[in-house]
Amino acid sequence: MNRETSHSHSSVGIVEKQYYTFAHHPETLRLECGAEFGPVTIAYETCGTLAEDKGNAILVAHAFSGDSHVAGYYRDDIEDEKPGWWDSMVGPGKGIDTDKYFVICANIIGSCMGSTGPGSPNPETDNPYGLDFPMVTIGDMVNAQKALLDSLGIERLHAVVGGSIGGMQVLQWCVRFPEMVRCAIPIATTMRHSALAIAFNEIARQSIMADPNWNNGNYYGGSRPDMGLAVARMVGHVTYLSDEAMRRKFGRRLQDKETFSFGFDADFQVESYLRHQGIKFVNRFDANSLLYITKAADYFDVVESMNKSGPANNTRQDKIKYLIVSYTSDWLYPTYQAKELVRTLKRTGQDVSFCEIEADCGHDAFLIPDDRLSKLIGGFLNGTV
Amino acid sequence: MVLSDSEKIRFDLQIIGSTIEPESRVLDLGCGNGDLLAWLETHKGVQCTGIEQDKEKAAHCIARGLSVLQGDLSEEVEDYPTCSFDYVILSQTLQQVYEPAQLLKSLSRIGRKVIVSFPNFSHYTIRLQLLLAGGAPKNDQLPYSWYDSPNIRVITLKDFRKFSRDVGYTIVKEIAINTNPASNEGHVVHFLANLRATYGIYIIEKYI
Repeated sequence: MNRETSHSHSSVGIVEKQYYTFAHHPETLRLECGAEFGPVTIAYETCGTLAEDKGNAILVAHAFSGDSHVAGYYRDDIEDEKPGWWDSMVGPGKGIDTDKYFVICANIIGSCMGSTGPGSPNPETDNPYGLDFPMVTIGDMVNAQKALLDSLGIERLHAVVGGSIGGMQVLQWCVRFPEMVRCAIPIATTMRHSALAIAFNEIARQSIMADPNWNNGNYYGGSRPDMGLAVARMVGHVTYLSDEAMRRKFGRRLQDKETFSFGFDADFQVESYLRHQGIKFVNRFDANSLLYITKAADYFDVVESMNKSGPANNTRQDKIKYLIVSYTSDWLYPTYQAKELVRTLKRTGQDVSFCEIEADCGHDAFLIPDDRLSKLIGGFLNGTV
Repeated sequence: MVLSDSEKIRFDLQIIGSTIEPESRVLDLGCGNGDLLAWLETHKGVQCTGIEQDKEKAAHCIARGLSVLQGDLSEEVEDYPTCSFDYVILSQTLQQVYEPAQLLKSLSRIGRKVIVSFPNFSHYTIRLQLLLAGGAPKNDQLPYSWYDSPNIRVITLKDFRKFSRDVGYTIVKEIAINTNPASNEGHVVHFLANLRATYGIYIIEKYI
């Protein structure tokens, strides 16, 4: 069956990955770490139609291991290929309605899904950067997105939306380019990492760096630190779930056996599941990108700049309209962190809505199709036209 | 009182809505499904914020395009700067609040005016039930039994007037009304309000 017709009622249909390269020599992108970096390529996708006044653009920021493929299908997708990562939210008549809005999703700098990252060739050596890639921050990711929007001639965003590290980008947008943002929807996110979140990221990084194949980040063209990356993903995956979700999904059930093996095979379903997740991840993600992006998330801290922004500080007159969403079972960025954000926004005179959604599936809940989130986001966006 | 354009919301909310100045900033505590806020935005161009404990109701409000925070109202009101709002509305909730004096103090800090409404416990039907039947009174406004009532306090118009005087609030306006819960219709009670009104609505200010 033809994909374009079979998905036409609910899907944006066929989308195309595009690339924008800037900061060509002698120009550079100044990074927060002080480095002058370039050139920078950003992979991005768009769906919907940009209005004549360019006022209907919505930037969707993806999470740590995500990419620019937010919705729809690629022309060369194999049969039964999954659509973009937020296809349940972005499309005609959906929460972020592509009949109304022009949606842009860009792969973050430092990633390995088309944008410049540690696996990209260093123009000076023609070899991959490896650890010569500069330390990038959430702020740098946002600056790169801003450069992309400039190139598209978009001066104001109807909304910036994102979950997890995508939510951090949303908050960064609000403090760095407040005059460009009308609505902001940070989901399952935080103004800064807790010690718990940093701790899990550090375990993930150590597991990669302890893999002999990692070779100080210089493994391109040889054996990759697959074991280290797989373990890093296993740790990460546990933090995206919750006690309830794991009890419901796995309990203490055994995998394809009636009794214990009394060995170190995957006896329990949860062991088998995590191993599977680890292996799957190795096939699509670069270990160095994980190091860089987790570190960017750990360095991220907008508490001070949030406190100094907003109408109460007279920094600007127009309010940003915020919708903060958290999940009851998210133990990576628990609701108390979302409430801290809400408190800060109230103190600084911002217009803020907040809702905690009941869900047992942990931090990843925002990626799972859920009518409640779609309605919330759809209503919020439409109420602010 | 002209109420012709407010037929769709509850009568007590119509009265509250009618007292609010256009273009003002309003905080509605326990905003429910957001009917009053939506009415105020449409009819008075008011900048509205609501606080609602119930997650589904809060989500419903947000999906209507209203600015609403899901949370406990006693906690949520603490974070706003002084005089953030022209009006803070506490409608039919005071009788359920654990520390009403403390809450009203917070409300009068964040709002220039506070609008409070509650069911009047000295309505004659309540007095008669206690006097003649000897049981804890129940009526349309207070439909619960002693064991399942969310209402932990009983308040009369007379009590509230005395409380305001003692604590130092100025009653800018008292509107006693006779209506049923959820009803769009009712009337203002002018005589023997403490005996005949089912609800009291008060606009108070901190006396300085």
